Formats: sequence, structure tokens, C-alpha cells
Amino acid sequence: MAIDIKMPALSPTMEEGTLSKWLVKEGDTISSGDILAEIETDKATMEVESIDEGVVGKITVEAGTDNVKVGTVILQLLEDGEDESVLRDAAVAAPQDEETQTVPTSPKPQTTAPHPEEGAKATVSKDVPSDPAIPTNIKMVDTTVRDALRDAMAEEMRRDEKVFVMGEEVAEYQGAYKVTRELLQEFGSKRVIDTPITEYGFAGIGVGAAMGGLRPIVEFMTFNFAMQAIDHIINSAAKTLYMSGGQMRCPIVFRGPNGAASRVGAQHSHDYSSWYANVPGLKVVAPYDAADAKGLLKAAIRDPNPVVFLEHELLYGETFEVPDMDDFLIPIGKAKVRREGADVTLVAHSRMVGRCLEAAEQLAAEGIDAEVIDLRTIRPLDSDTVIESVKKTNRLVCAEEGWGQSGIGSEIAARVVAEAFDYLDAPPERVFQVDVPLPYAANLEALSLPGTEDVVKAAKKVCYV
Amino acid sequence: MTKKSNQSRLYVPEPPFRPGDTPDYSHIAVPANHSPPRPDPLCEDHETVEHATSLIRVMRFNGEAVGDWAPKLTADQKRKGLRDMMLTRAMDDRMFNMQRQGKMSFYMKSRGEEAVSVAHAMALRKDDMTFPTYRQQGILINRGAPIKEMMCQCLSNAGDRLQGKSIPVLYSFRDYGFFSVSGNLGTQMIQAVGWGMAEAYKDSDGIASAFTGEGATAEGDFHYALNFASTYRAPVILNVVNNQWAISSFQGIAAGEGETFAARGCGFGLATLRVDGNDFLAVYAATQWAAERARKGGGATLIEHFTYRKEGHSTSDDPTKYRPENEPEVWPFGDPVDRLKTHLIHIGEWDEDRHAAQAEECKVEIRNIYKEAEKMGSLSSATNVNDFTMFEQVYEELPGHLQAQVEAFKEEL
Repeated sequence: MAIDIKMPALSPTMEEGTLSKWLVKEGDTISSGDILAEIETDKATMEVESIDEGVVGKITVEAGTDNVKVGTVILQLLEDGEDESVLRDAAVAAPQDEETQTVPTSPKPQTTAPHPEEGAKATVSKDVPSDPAIPTNIKMVDTTVRDALRDAMAEEMRRDEKVFVMGEEVAEYQGAYKVTRELLQEFGSKRVIDTPITEYGFAGIGVGAAMGGLRPIVEFMTFNFAMQAIDHIINSAAKTLYMSGGQMRCPIVFRGPNGAASRVGAQHSHDYSSWYANVPGLKVVAPYDAADAKGLLKAAIRDPNPVVFLEHELLYGETFEVPDMDDFLIPIGKAKVRREGADVTLVAHSRMVGRCLEAAEQLAAEGIDAEVIDLRTIRPLDSDTVIESVKKTNRLVCAEEGWGQSGIGSEIAARVVAEAFDYLDAPPERVFQVDVPLPYAANLEALSLPGTEDVVKAAKKVCYV
Repeated sequence: MTKKSNQSRLYVPEPPFRPGDTPDYSHIAVPANHSPPRPDPLCEDHETVEHATSLIRVMRFNGEAVGDWAPKLTADQKRKGLRDMMLTRAMDDRMFNMQRQGKMSFYMKSRGEEAVSVAHAMALRKDDMTFPTYRQQGILINRGAPIKEMMCQCLSNAGDRLQGKSIPVLYSFRDYGFFSVSGNLGTQMIQAVGWGMAEAYKDSDGIASAFTGEGATAEGDFHYALNFASTYRAPVILNVVNNQWAISSFQGIAAGEGETFAARGCGFGLATLRVDGNDFLAVYAATQWAAERARKGGGATLIEHFTYRKEGHSTSDDPTKYRPENEPEVWPFGDPVDRLKTHLIHIGEWDEDRHAAQAEECKVEIRNIYKEAEKMGSLSSATNVNDFTMFEQVYEELPGHLQAQVEAFKEEL
């Protein structure tokens, strides 16, 4: 096929111009780099250079023609061995969108739903290992979530010199919530680094250091303040591996409390789970108990990808059992069934897991056997564990502290409806914060946030009780 | 020239000349022998305060190199610098034309600013990490990065090491010490400080060097970077390329007209240098000074490279719409290629014939490399990028949900 040489644009705003002069004629042999013609507008003149080689087959626009539209074929070039029979009537060939030629047409995806009796495809996430087996002789130690997080950082800092922690007040003050307690004393000021008060700045330092081969842990005093740093978290940490074709790795953990505490108002109570969960390239973790906090933070520090680690201020002081093991790692990307049940599936993450467990107790007293799933990781989201559960209970309640629109519950509900619609005996219910910025006054705050009673109510609704 | 009012309560700065005006830059002093002295690179930061408001120059327009900033470069090194600048320019011209002919969607030339990137790169060590913005392709050319791969990245074809994942000129060449160019401006400044600190953490004597245009100094990133570089005495060089224009906004829009960009570093307690960016030897000398300071633990330097963007911002704008057409020619600091050429001729190491021959040689070299690059695909043919690379490098490993999407995609195909 002949090569079409088209009218080029001298500037982005140029739509047409004058083909002032041809420097070649039909039958000429040309090689790459030869000047073919001159074109001009009222402002400038440009030479049209040939990129290809061949024989000038046909000049389709005469010299001296004004108002030649950009993209019009002006010359057809014959390649080696071609003759004039390949030339088509280019005079009618208007400029066209070339991209349409290369887009493959794909068949429509199948829309047939699987029938429950046939059994849908096995949906256990094969690529994520399960929790480590805890040997029976291992002692369980009562630990606060705060100390579990601290221990995780200390252990990983002992294990790998490339790990360091930085943030506001993490060193001398031991962290605004004392999560970095005694780290300065053990590791010194070059590995436990106080920063100027600018989340944007130290998030950027962290990203640069991670790409430079270290493994930073960046503590935000709260994720509310990380709004300032979100450009580095999303545009740089999450996207640069991809945009660099795999050259720039970013093993970094952004951690800190997320969501509502008590009486700290709208700007200190925002739950960012669904914000970060939306972004490919990030992993997002939001543990509930101390063992998960420790095991998942250790895994996050070792992960080669950027991890957003969402803690909860109101859980820091809660005590749970943590196995006294040397290398206790919980795999990122695996949900945990915290309570088995047959009648309804309650799905939550972070502090709402506790609310769901309380709700399950209340429901049990009323004869409803609830299963409670702790998502633990929000991205990648282990919806398979939820779907397996719903296939058993046929009812779903998604609970979260954040707002409802585009929330984690919406995502879970959508996936369950798409993949297990025929198993559902009731529309999924969602429990979430009232759609207002969190108010300060205690009574208003309590009314805004979802609690145990809301979960109980939703569970009864899907059970038609 | 528009009279600057100091009494208006609502004041929006305007460039001195717009299309239709006759540009006259005779009010800009071109200092000949008044470069501030070269202090010891480990001096106190306040000893460079006057360097922030004056201009370091080495080459006079007659080609003579004068003053204590004149670097000790061999004629071969200078000729290499000249050739790198000419090769960069030839590549820019070629790629610009090819964009106009529909082979790629976008391109950005660096004409007039070649000395900033080439001389800067030459004064660094090859393993020093650079954090460029989009007009420092001269760093890659100087460091010998494969030009074909650069072109393939712009053409987004099968030879693109980024596999079609990024837009033209956002190069990423880790093995040539060239950090991924970021599309949202300024982020590289603070990341470079982090990288530099990581070098120190690892006990390496490597340094980082970051670039921003003068326009993006308005981004918070710039100020954060200066603050952190100062707080932690980071081994970095922070470069502002003041090429006078941020698309159509003149440099006074970014920062007001009161003070130089280099002077912004003084308040942060950084060493500050302001250099004639069209003077290859001066850029080399300033970089060498700042690199020595950073490498020996003296901390960061802010360098303002005073230069001029001779072409449009990118292929998407038309500079004649917002500035006088002949402004590039009347800019009083000349052209970096011409000035180094004049210097080499002045010292008897170059001549017009060799220069003309080298210009032609660069053009042919670039043309031949381009031909090879375009064989691997372009926007106007097929890009030939493998469809399945789309799913790769989102994470270090392919997670389950993406694996499922790959399988579904295969079935559809």
C-alpha cells in the first residue's frame, strides 16, 4: 500500500495552510530526510521532510493551493516493488481519525448469571496465603494496639537497617499517641526523625527516600492532615512504578490514626478508607485487633509496594491477645472470619469490627446467628471471603464509620450482588455515618456515627425480623 | 516598557512586551566583569547572599573566559559539551517536526536552555541522581542514554521502556541517574531532598539534583524542598531554570517582580547562586561548586539559571500569540550553542567549518536514529505496544484481582 504523506500543522491552532512549493515531482526517488515541499501560513513557513523512502507516486495537491486542510493527503509514496496500481483516489480522502483503524473490536462479555445449584467458580483467593499457624506452645500476651504497632516497627527496624520512621513528634515526644514509644532511645535520631510541620514535605521526603532504596515509615499525626500529602501518596508513590515501567520502586508505609475519635470535630474525624481504596498501586490496610495490627504492619513494612496503614485512635488503648512469636506476619489481602454464623454476614473493618461483634452477641440473644468478617485489608479487597459467607447466610450487612456514598460498603454490596445475586434472600444493607461533617457536641456526634444498635437494626432488616 | 506602579491596590503584573510591541531589553544589565567572587564551597550560607542577586558569568560575548569561576575544562571536554548541546537541539527539531506530522501527540523543545542541562550534567558524577522537569533532555544526551529509546518513549511504541504507560518526554532512566519526570509540577524537588538524605543515610557520597521551572516555584513543593533541605542540610542541588516564560505567563507572575528566584533561598539559610544559564562554563562552574558543597556535607545550594525559552512551551501552544515574535533574538544573553562555539574559536580549538560539519552530522545522526525508532511504531501507524503490559507494574507482583482481569481480557480477545 502506498504511504500517504499528509498536510502537517505548523502550530497547534493551525487548521489549514498554503502548499506553496513542491521540491519533488512524480517519479522521483526520495530517501528519508529529503525535503518534499514547503508549506506556509500567514505566520511561518515549514519544510515537509520525508520520513520514509520510495518513489513519488502521485502529487495530490498542486503547488500554490491555498486553504489545504491539515491532515489532507498531499502526496502518495510508492514503496519498494509497488507500482501505481496501489494509488487510490486521494482527492476524496478527507482527514480521518486514525485511531479508529487500530482499535480491535471485542465481543460483548457474557452476561449469563451462574445458577446457584450449578455452583459458581471456586472463588478462594489463591494468591494470598492464610494466617500463620500459631503453635500450641506459644504464649498469648495481652497487648494494646498501640504497643503492638510499636513492637512491629521496633522488630522490623532491628531486622532491616533500611527501615526508619519519620513524622511530627515521633522522636523526643514519642509520638502524638505514643505509638513510637522508646524507638528514639533504641534506634537514635537518625532512624527516628522529627520533621517540620508539613505533611506534604515529609511525605515527599519519604517517597524520595523509598525510591532511593530505603524503607520509610511515615507517621501522620492523623490521616486528616495527610490531605496535604495526598499528592505524593497518590500521584507519586502509587503511580511512579507504573509510569517508570517498573524502574522506580516505592516501598513505603504511610501510617496513622484514621476516622473519628471523641470530640475532635469535623477536621479531625474523617474516615479516608474509600479514598485510598480507590487507587491502583496502593495497598490499604485497616486492622481491628492488636495481633492483626502487629502482623499486618510488619507485612506492610516488608511489602515492596506503598501501603496506606489506617489505624484508629479509639483502638490504640484496647487490649487484645498477641502471640509471642518471633516473626508474626499476617498476609495483606486476606479477610478474617471473626465469628462464624449461619443467618447473616456482617462485614466491617477497623473499629466497626468491634461494633459488629457486639451486635452479633445481641442478635444471638434474639436467635439470629451472625457471621462477622473483618476485612483487615481494603485494597486488594478480599471479597471472595465475603461472597463465600453470603452463599451460606444469604444475607449481608456492610458496616463502616465513613460516609455511605462510594463507601467500602457500596463496593462490597456491588460485588456480592454481581457475583452472588442468586444467593441473596434480601437486598444488602449498609450502615454508615450520617451524611454530615462530624459535629462536635457529644450528643450530635453520637447521633452521627454508626454504632452497635445500627448494625443490629440492619441485620434484623435483612432477616425480615 | 509598561510603567510599574507601586501605588495600585489591585495589581496584576504584566510582562514588559506582548505581541505587536518592539521588545527592548537594554534595561537588563549584562555584567561583563562583575561576577561575584567564588567563595570556598564549604563557606557559610550568608557568604553567598550577594550571589543570589548578581549574576555569575564566565564567557564574554567575544569568547574570552574570565574570572575566578572559569572552570578548568580541557578543549575536548568543551567540544563534547558543544556537541551534546547540538545533538539535543537536532533531536528537538526532528521530534518537533515529527509531532507536526502526527507521529506523536506531544513534544517539548529545550532550545536556548541546552547549556543548563548539558553543563550541569557534565559537572555532576554519573551516579548522582537527577530529578529533572520536562526540559532537561540534555542530561540524558550528555550521559549517553540511548537516543533511540528516548524517541521510542515519545512515539510510545514497542521500543518504549515504559511500555506505553506515560506521555511523551516524561522520560524515566534510572540507570542514567534520571528520575521519572512528573506530570504534576514540583513534586521532584522534595523527593530529591529525600533521595539525597537516603544517600547520606546509606553512607554513600552520592548527591541528588532537582530542577523546576521558575513558574512552578509557586508550588508549595518548592518551598517545602527548600525548608527540608535547610533543616537536614541535605546533599542536594535545587535548580530553578528561569527561562522567563511559563507557557504565556512571564516570570513576574510566579513570584512577583521584587526579587530573584535565587534570593528565595536566602531566607531558608541555603547557599544561593544565580548564574547566566546561557553561559556553558558558568553553569558548569556553579554546579561544580554546589556539588562539592553537597558531597562534603556542606548542605544544599539553590541555583537560579537565568536563561530564555526560545520556543513555545510545548507543541500545544503558539508563542507568537503571547510574546513578540522576535523576542528570542533580542534577548540580551545570546544563544548557548553560539556562545560556546565563539569561546572555542577564540581559544583556537574550533572553527566555522568544523561547526557547520558537526551541525550536519548531528542532524544526520538524529535522522538515522529516528528512522530506526519509528520502525517500532508510532501514533500514526500502530504503536505495537503489547496489550498485556497494561496490567503490569501496578504492583511489584500481579495481585489476584488484576490476574482475573488479565484472564477476562484474554477471553475477550
